[in-house]
Amino acid sequence: MADCFLTMPIQTEPMTVNIGPQHPSTHGVFRLRVTFDGEEILEVEPIFGYLHRGTEKLAEERNYTQIVTLTDRLDYVSSMINNQAYCLAVEELLGVEVPQRAKYLRTLTAELQRVASHLMGIGFFLQDLGTLGTPLMYAFRIRERILDLFEMLCGARITVSYMRPGGVFFDAPEDFWPALDQFLKDFDVEFKEIEQLILENEIVMVRTRGVSLLPLDLAINASVSGPVLRASGSDWDWRKMAPYDAYDRMEFDVPTATGGDNYDRFWVRMQEIYQSIRMVRQCIQQIEPGPTRADVPLVLRPEPGAEAYGRVEASKGELAFYLVSDGGISPYRCKVRSPSLINLTVTEHLLVGWKLADMIVTLGSLDINMGEVDR
Amino acid sequence: MAVLQLSSERLAEQVSAGVPDSLAGTGVCDDVLWVKPAKIADAANFLKSDSGLDFNFLNSISAVDYINHFEIVYHLTSMNKRHMTIVKTRLDGREKLSLPSVYHVWRGADFQEREIWDLMGISFSGHPNMKRIMLWEGFEGHPLRKDFL
Repeated sequence: MADCFLTMPIQTEPMTVNIGPQHPSTHGVFRLRVTFDGEEILEVEPIFGYLHRGTEKLAEERNYTQIVTLTDRLDYVSSMINNQAYCLAVEELLGVEVPQRAKYLRTLTAELQRVASHLMGIGFFLQDLGTLGTPLMYAFRIRERILDLFEMLCGARITVSYMRPGGVFFDAPEDFWPALDQFLKDFDVEFKEIEQLILENEIVMVRTRGVSLLPLDLAINASVSGPVLRASGSDWDWRKMAPYDAYDRMEFDVPTATGGDNYDRFWVRMQEIYQSIRMVRQCIQQIEPGPTRADVPLVLRPEPGAEAYGRVEASKGELAFYLVSDGGISPYRCKVRSPSLINLTVTEHLLVGWKLADMIVTLGSLDINMGEVDR
Repeated sequence: MAVLQLSSERLAEQVSAGVPDSLAGTGVCDDVLWVKPAKIADAANFLKSDSGLDFNFLNSISAVDYINHFEIVYHLTSMNKRHMTIVKTRLDGREKLSLPSVYHVWRGADFQEREIWDLMGISFSGHPNMKRIMLWEGFEGHPLRKDFL
């Protein structure tokens, strides 16, 4: 009789829980409506829009230069790259050629920003995993130095607005270059420390290997891009596929992994940091004196009916601005193709069937930014 | 290595052969492929499944409000064949606009089509979860339309 009781399946009521909208480890104001069976996830619905500021509508009321400040506030941990995507779109609209020095300055700052953004992604990913503080502080120590460098360039640390249609706002001040050299020296030591602490760490491996798999065909079908796509086996990187600014003169590898699990997404970001630093070093070697901004008028008026799709490989994936002009001083339409929003398409696939403890880690491995998801 | 922009004349010939009566006018204008709105899902399916075209990646869907009509713009890339193209369709009028969804061709259309419904007021038939995404249910109007102040 006792045996019969033990083999009976244990029934639990499915329970629906709202996670968010202000859970600190959800990377912003993000909500997940999750139905659990015990600890197992049965259904997931991502709900967002809490940070929707109507950036696309606001852009229709501002002139082309003013919109640069709006782009800072999209993915606010990689503002330089947002500036770059927008400026490339405006330049395509106007047919402006950017001076060489400005191209190098853009590539250099964009790669530094990618390092800062990936460090934040990695830091919070590990924080979500339960490593209370230490790796995050290590990551922030390096990121802080990058933000100091940005402050030297343009006076701002987060909302930089450093790039402008036609080039960059200012040339780098003289003391920027020695500071950058010192940063690169310290980086080698400081980043090694993070790597030694976590990259081969047994607990990190056991918790993340083989969890929340994303197969390549689904990733491509769901328009996933950036490190999340490359962790699933694709080597698609817009810096290689359609080089912009000075990327055609940069030598770098595209790190890829084939597992598509949480560890691979984290690992790809770690490797991309090395490639970015490699490109920063090449920029320092190759940059030559010259003008930093093309001769563009103060108020830009592209041809009526002109359209442009300015696209970059941002730290989260493919970031693009689709601009339509009616000949006025503001764009008729300014659409943002945000990688964070579209990478969220696969949330349901990644989470269903896994346990509650893996849920926040998986979200961390996607490295979404709510400023960009909600716009 | 680099990704090529595909000639829309050649593309128009292939699409009109693969999906009869799908092109709007000649199908080509400003190096963009123009498709009839009712045929957009069929054309999308052809663009993805044809082995020579193989557009497996939907970069983005954008909607533009031109007061008397709306334009829906699809940016497509083939990761295997390394080429890309732009497909557009035109919806006349302002009320009760609807377009076949490409959700079943590219899952990546999911949030983007919902966003267009939310902010531009164009609904997509065949989308399994056609509801607002940025704003809350019960919000009046579609803010990205030109007449929304």
